[in-house]
Amino acid sequence: MTDSRPIDSVVLAKQVPDTHNITGDAMTKDGTMNRNALSAIFNPEDLNALEMAVQIRERHGGTVTVITMGPPKAAGILREALWRGADRVILLTDRRFAGADTLATSLVLQKAIEKIGRYDLVLAGRQAIDGDTAQVGPQTAEKLGIPQITYAEAVLEIADGRITAQRALDSGTEIVRCEMPCLLTVVGSANTPRPPSVRRQIAGKLAATPGEYAALRAKWPEFETDAALEAHLDAHGLRIPVWTADDIGASAEAIGLAGSPTQVHKINFVVLESTESKTVPPTPEAIAAMVAELVHEYIVG
Amino acid sequence: MSENFFLDNPDLQFRLEHLDLAEVLERKEKGFSEWETYPTAPRNYADAVDNYRIVLEVLGEICGERVAPRAAEADEEGAHFEDGQVTYAAATLDAIAALRQAELFGAMLSREYGGLNLPESVYQMMVEMVARAESGLMTVYGLQEIASLLEEHGDPETKARVLPRFSRGEVSGAMVLTEAEAGSDLGAVATRATLDEATGQWHLNGVKHFITNGLADVSLVLARSEEGSTDARGLSMFLVERDDTVKIRRIENKMGIHASPTCEIQYTNTPAILVGKRRFGLMRYAMNLMNGARLAVAAQALGIAEAAYREADKYSRERVQFGRSIRSLPAVGRLLLSMKVDLEATRALLAETGRWVDLWKVHESALAEGGPDADPALRARHKLAQALSETLTPMVKYCATEMGNRVCYQAMQVHGGVGYMHEFNIERLFRDVRITNIYEGTSQLQVVAAIGKVLNRSLDPLLVEWQAAEYPADMAAERALLVELTGLLDQAVGGLKAVPERDRVDYYAVDLVEMAISVVGGWLLLRDTNVAEHKKPVARAYVASIASKVRAAAEVVLAASPVPLEAIPVLLQ
Repeated sequence: MTDSRPIDSVVLAKQVPDTHNITGDAMTKDGTMNRNALSAIFNPEDLNALEMAVQIRERHGGTVTVITMGPPKAAGILREALWRGADRVILLTDRRFAGADTLATSLVLQKAIEKIGRYDLVLAGRQAIDGDTAQVGPQTAEKLGIPQITYAEAVLEIADGRITAQRALDSGTEIVRCEMPCLLTVVGSANTPRPPSVRRQIAGKLAATPGEYAALRAKWPEFETDAALEAHLDAHGLRIPVWTADDIGASAEAIGLAGSPTQVHKINFVVLESTESKTVPPTPEAIAAMVAELVHEYIVG
Repeated sequence: MSENFFLDNPDLQFRLEHLDLAEVLERKEKGFSEWETYPTAPRNYADAVDNYRIVLEVLGEICGERVAPRAAEADEEGAHFEDGQVTYAAATLDAIAALRQAELFGAMLSREYGGLNLPESVYQMMVEMVARAESGLMTVYGLQEIASLLEEHGDPETKARVLPRFSRGEVSGAMVLTEAEAGSDLGAVATRATLDEATGQWHLNGVKHFITNGLADVSLVLARSEEGSTDARGLSMFLVERDDTVKIRRIENKMGIHASPTCEIQYTNTPAILVGKRRFGLMRYAMNLMNGARLAVAAQALGIAEAAYREADKYSRERVQFGRSIRSLPAVGRLLLSMKVDLEATRALLAETGRWVDLWKVHESALAEGGPDADPALRARHKLAQALSETLTPMVKYCATEMGNRVCYQAMQVHGGVGYMHEFNIERLFRDVRITNIYEGTSQLQVVAAIGKVLNRSLDPLLVEWQAAEYPADMAAERALLVELTGLLDQAVGGLKAVPERDRVDYYAVDLVEMAISVVGGWLLLRDTNVAEHKKPVARAYVASIASKVRAAAEVVLAASPVPLEAIPVLLQ
């Protein structure tokens, strides 16, 4: 870590349903996800990406900007990003973004990053726990025309305009170096994301987009008008900027459903029913037979 | 949802919601005027309570997700001692790192020194959660009174140097009081403090032992500054910033709280800074420190008991015997009910104590600022808050730590044989809780601290107020019973006051203090039923459980029979 030049990072984040903590009514009868039954959380590997960016800033200086494309309530994870160390956050929201596949999403992210302008690194989680595609990071890099390091697990060195990183692969690890700016997709084993700082959270709890003012004023009636609330937020750097398709110069046909060539062919609705049980006698033969059966059914091994 | 020790605990959330700190915060937050200067200062009362919720939620998640899963490992590895160096267990170091990242240190320090300016009441909730997660960690995180004492009595230069480091979590503190021959009797402390008249520098020489978290970078050391003195009036309090003259000789091999290093420390010409006034070391500053630490230990015992109750609750749901869940057996249900009700009663008592301590502190500062011209109403309020703090603090320390031991015992009973096994968490909790009614003054000493106040009817202002208050109509029976028990307490106080022999008073003091704890706990739970329907069954069960005990204790105290005192010299010779 010899480079003393500050590093500016952009972190791509996604708000996702908490699929790791599924409750009984998580699926509707027709096999689609009941989003109301699952809480919306910061995609776990995006937190690893944010942590990596914050650690890079701690070592080299610079800034961390977090962006997300999503509905207005995705501002929730941007607040969390501020509490966990981001310097600046931007919400990309527009009705026309809705229904986007990975291609349309990465286009919006590309345009937003280009609007941000100066950056050395773009970091994203390897994949989101809802779609599990792992495509948005790589596609964004391609659109930006910058190199990418996927499955990044550790940053070993940043020096002379280049980054050296370790990739976690099924077969082992690989150390690669590339020119910056570049994009990293970060795996969960990279780090333990820091908890939110209580001081940052207390100071930044009102951070909001203009669309959230009404709800915020209902909770904090001391702000009698939107203008009063906005003046307070601006004075404390707590207004979360919102960028629409027009702000980033994305054309309507390239974004959202219109810009998404992906078509869902079929959804299989699998119901697991564990009504049958089998008693295995405690003998070596019976246990061996059970293991063989489990291997045969691809349950273990 | 992820594990969160605040969000999974409705009773702790209830206590936050009903803190009743308006009077405290108006003063503590200087009329809510600091927010223009400090980004973390609240704009109003609701904002302040919301900030406390944030603190508790963030800490709750760290406790649930990061600390508790490694509690067994922290216990197993423990703190180490090698070549004069003490090292925390890996799990403890990770927990400290998380608490530091979350900026949770400097809880009670003022914002001027980078602190969170939290009231004692909220801090005790934090300590409870930390102790529930890993009780040894509590002694690293939960001794923030040390920094608070420095803020109150340190000189400006020392405060500016040391306190911001506490707030950033760069240093931890230790209270260095005990010596081999000065345990409960701290007046016998022999560590010498000598003043070099030429330079004005103090130096310490002596050996301290049983020092919790003795590896701390900043210590408050009680030492004899007045040559030739032999009692408490010759002791002063000193600040020591650890250097090469401070040698840790060993750490103790303890029954529990293995993650907390208990050190023997040798001071050899160690430079020290006098804190506050000479000769006030024990009577004022050490007592101050200990009062705070007693609340923290009460919170620690409560946290361990909460963990134990949850282990028992979970096990009782899973374990099947006689073809049914053991939970459905009345004998097991009785244990679980007793544990749950005791926990909530203790939490109510701790919250009430914390409130009076907070009131005492803010009025103390207000009086100091107001000087001799202070408003007489303020003086009266200060006096009341002080008397109640000094009465309730030893009561809650006694109550919570005895309760903690009882609950861990009951929780192990629910487990049966497996609870005795190392693999089960209750085995660790049972060992950890045992220290709580010993350190920071044994239960017996808490009775000594409380009895004079109880005999002086310090609790009367509260008891009068509570008896006069309104309660839900369907709680009339409990109210009537509590009025009866309060009357018995009053008679018992009168009876024991009339006993001429000091030994006989001391012998029956514990019965009277236990009566007082039960009666106060009953009123507190009844008061909760005014704001929460779900507290009604808790209050009913609690009042039912104490009634016969209070009556029996009243009989014992009123008789104050000399028989046991006469038996001691005969039977124990």
